[in-house]
Amino acid sequence: MTYEELLIQTALKDERIIVMTAENRALVRNAPRQLGNRFIDTGITEQTMVGMAAGLALRGRIPIVHALAPFLTMRAFEFIRTDVGIGHLPVKLSGYIPGFLSDGNGPTHQSIEDVAIMRGIPGMEVYCPADEDDLVRILPAVWASTAPAYVRINHKKGSYEHAPFVPGKAEVIARGKDVTLLVYGFLFENALQAKGLLEKEGLSVGLVNMRSLKPVDEDAIAEAASGSGLLVTIEDHLRTGGLYSIVAEVLLRHRELSAEVLPLALEERWFRPGVLGEVLETEGFTAAKIAERIKNSNLLYAE
Amino acid sequence: MTNTLSDTLKATALRVREHIIRMAEGGGCFIGASLSCVEIMVYLYAQVIRRNGDDPQDPDRDYLFLSKGHDVPALYGTFAEMGFLEPERLSNHLSTRDHIYWHPNRKIPGVEFHSGSLGHLPAVAAGVALDCKLRGSRNRVVVITGDGELNEGSVWETLLVANAYGLDNLTLLVDRNQFQANIRTEELVPLEPLADKFRAFGCVVQRIDGHDFGQLEQAFDEVVRPQKISGTGTIHGSGGKVRIVIADTVRGKGLPSIEAKADRWFCSFTANEVAQLLEELHGNKEAAIESETLVVR
Repeated sequence: MTYEELLIQTALKDERIIVMTAENRALVRNAPRQLGNRFIDTGITEQTMVGMAAGLALRGRIPIVHALAPFLTMRAFEFIRTDVGIGHLPVKLSGYIPGFLSDGNGPTHQSIEDVAIMRGIPGMEVYCPADEDDLVRILPAVWASTAPAYVRINHKKGSYEHAPFVPGKAEVIARGKDVTLLVYGFLFENALQAKGLLEKEGLSVGLVNMRSLKPVDEDAIAEAASGSGLLVTIEDHLRTGGLYSIVAEVLLRHRELSAEVLPLALEERWFRPGVLGEVLETEGFTAAKIAERIKNSNLLYAE
Repeated sequence: MTNTLSDTLKATALRVREHIIRMAEGGGCFIGASLSCVEIMVYLYAQVIRRNGDDPQDPDRDYLFLSKGHDVPALYGTFAEMGFLEPERLSNHLSTRDHIYWHPNRKIPGVEFHSGSLGHLPAVAAGVALDCKLRGSRNRVVVITGDGELNEGSVWETLLVANAYGLDNLTLLVDRNQFQANIRTEELVPLEPLADKFRAFGCVVQRIDGHDFGQLEQAFDEVVRPQKISGTGTIHGSGGKVRIVIADTVRGKGLPSIEAKADRWFCSFTANEVAQLLEELHGNKEAAIESETLVVR
């Protein structure tokens, strides 16, 4: 099932749902025909769309709003925080082409701060599916909840068949003694392959698909920290405020754990734009580069 | 406008279109919105924007801000023709080795500011125009927006503020190609009567054919006449008005096979299709395009 099929199916069953977009129709091409008046395109007006979504939610609707992730989370930020956040309204934010998925667009379109700022809003939930299969397993629970939520939309096809989604829980793919890879979103596939490369070197490698960054599965992180020599956080996000920060926060709350943590993230700069494969190569996020960076970290067998 | 000048500008515009078509191969570009503003870009850089060739950061230069940043191929194609950018570099499009991608980067000499998020550069240009006023300097400041971009409220806020500060050294040109990304503007968030809206916001408005160099010359006549550029220190409440040029254009201009087609916004073509489109541009057989339509970015 695709994102759009799930969206339309859900909306047809639930009259409360209004599908909105700030003229980003990549994910909702068929929605106008199928949903009629419950499809609203406000034009290139992110803040107005979010404000209107808040108004609709006040009247009992569940607006599912679409825009490119950077413009949704940053152009409309104060409307999200003030209208949706303070109001604690069930507005569901679908951010398109987050992280590396903006490939050749350049820094204006790079949403690599979104996890940090969205999880900073009290009551806002943050979901980061690994691929399309994961996406359609996560969304029904997100849309059924009464909480505001931000979803880093990732509809790339993956090779892995995911487990059913349990709210608040990560998906533990494997446990490993030497190293555990903690990953979310689009980089899951490359982390999965990197796991295989590291195992060929004789390492015991764990892998966790985080799925939900807020609420975060603290138990999964704590368990990996106590069972593995090294944790690696892998994310197409700035190091500030993303998964590395989340893991640091969790470990500070669990002082009994003393894990080494290697962050693979973007550090204090936007990434070099280009075709996706070349971006991953340049920035060091192909499976081979991920495995190599872990091996070269000097943290692997640190005792 | 003399025939010689008109012929020269037309020949330049044709070469810029060739650059644009080539940049749509392998990975693609926003070809429709690039082709609509070729004459505008060529005219402004050839006849309006004064630059100090030796010093791109010369504070006395004129400024052109490209707010509808997705027409990079038109901008860089024009740069290549004006000698600001080595034409060979255009083939680095979408390589992480260079800085040439779908939106402008200031690392390319001549790009005044990055853009891509719509509705930003009218405000940035107003800031530059304000400083020019404060310093009494006579720089011309032009900002190009798309028409779909006028959805963004920040454009209209800027006009209110810029007129409050009398920024008659600021010209906002709208590339009125009638399209949002994949929908006609009038079918989504109607803009017309557009000139009346700008006038109601206190601006001086002209509406022209954006593919006609003679009309572009007339529209910018007052901008380029030195005595008309007021460079006084008085600003707030001076009564100066922002100039608006609504340039009516055709999205995809020059290629009948994609002109004004809603699904030809962002296109990635094969080498063979590019060769056919170059033929079509020169008036030969219309290209048979098989690449996917409606690649929505």
